[in-house]
Amino acid sequence: MPAVLSELSVGQDIGSRRIEVSRLDLIRYAGASGDFNPIHWNEAFARQVGLPGVIAHGMFTMGAAVQLVTDWAGDPGAVLDYQTRFTKPVPVPDPTATDATAEDATAEDTAEAGAPGSGDAGSEAATLGASSEAAFAVVEVRGVIGALNPEASTARVDLTVTAGGQKVLVKAQALVRVA
Amino acid sequence: MTISPELQGRSYPAGPVYDVGREKIREFATAVKATSAAHFDVEAARALGYADLVAPPTFAIIVAQRADAQLVSDPESGIDFSRVVHADQRFTHHRPIVAGDRLVASLQVDSVRSMGGGAMITTRAEITTDDGEPVATTTSSILVRGEEQ
Repeated sequence: MPAVLSELSVGQDIGSRRIEVSRLDLIRYAGASGDFNPIHWNEAFARQVGLPGVIAHGMFTMGAAVQLVTDWAGDPGAVLDYQTRFTKPVPVPDPTATDATAEDATAEDTAEAGAPGSGDAGSEAATLGASSEAAFAVVEVRGVIGALNPEASTARVDLTVTAGGQKVLVKAQALVRVA
Repeated sequence: MTISPELQGRSYPAGPVYDVGREKIREFATAVKATSAAHFDVEAARALGYADLVAPPTFAIIVAQRADAQLVSDPESGIDFSRVVHADQRFTHHRPIVAGDRLVASLQVDSVRSMGGGAMITTRAEITTDDGEPVATTTSSILVRGEEQ
């Protein structure tokens, strides 16, 4: 179902996507991408360098956000150009935090999830993909057609990407080949 | 340690070949929560006209950051990796990356600008096949925060 340029108009909404981001997601992305900067997995280190805590890789957010575009285009190879600025970090809560240093949301999520019998069992469950008890950040993605170029058969999709009500990506634009 | 403005214009030659494997494409696609069948199923990729599995649009970051590592680890650059924040990123695809590609990346430092006590460094990686076919151009700006930031 490739997008057809004659059926598109500037300002048209291509949909939205909600992405949950857990510490496990960041560890998985670190391994897949080779970006092992400790600010993405080590809470003490992140705070030491002045961050609010562990933050998502900007490239994780950028990479996950574009799925809205590739799903809409029906072809991941149709994304000819993709750019963004990273304006705000996406803090990702610690699922094991129980003390006052944790974000409020983290503490609530942990409390609601109940106390697991043992921390090891909890983390083992997480590696098996049982993410329901894990704390997570939420990234919201919305896309609209920003420009159309009939000569080049391309559409520019402008993404609005927010977390906690703040824009985390700015000028996130994907140039897509359309039929 | 301060960032030398003389870094601007510096270039690093293409390093070792990066072999794009099917499992790496699947792993990366999973990591960015991508669901397109063309990342996972060879027949689905072929149905879209590709020779093999198609990499997600930001997959080239793996190759680009290996090229960037040459700059970051260069003792002359003065970059403290723990103080680096990614400021912007762009991928221009000359063609999609597919499994089986053998890629190399050369790196160019396009600009170095002082920002408070730190610096904004913009680099460009030219990614080609090992035969020289252009595949992607990536540009990346990193902010190296000063000690008081």
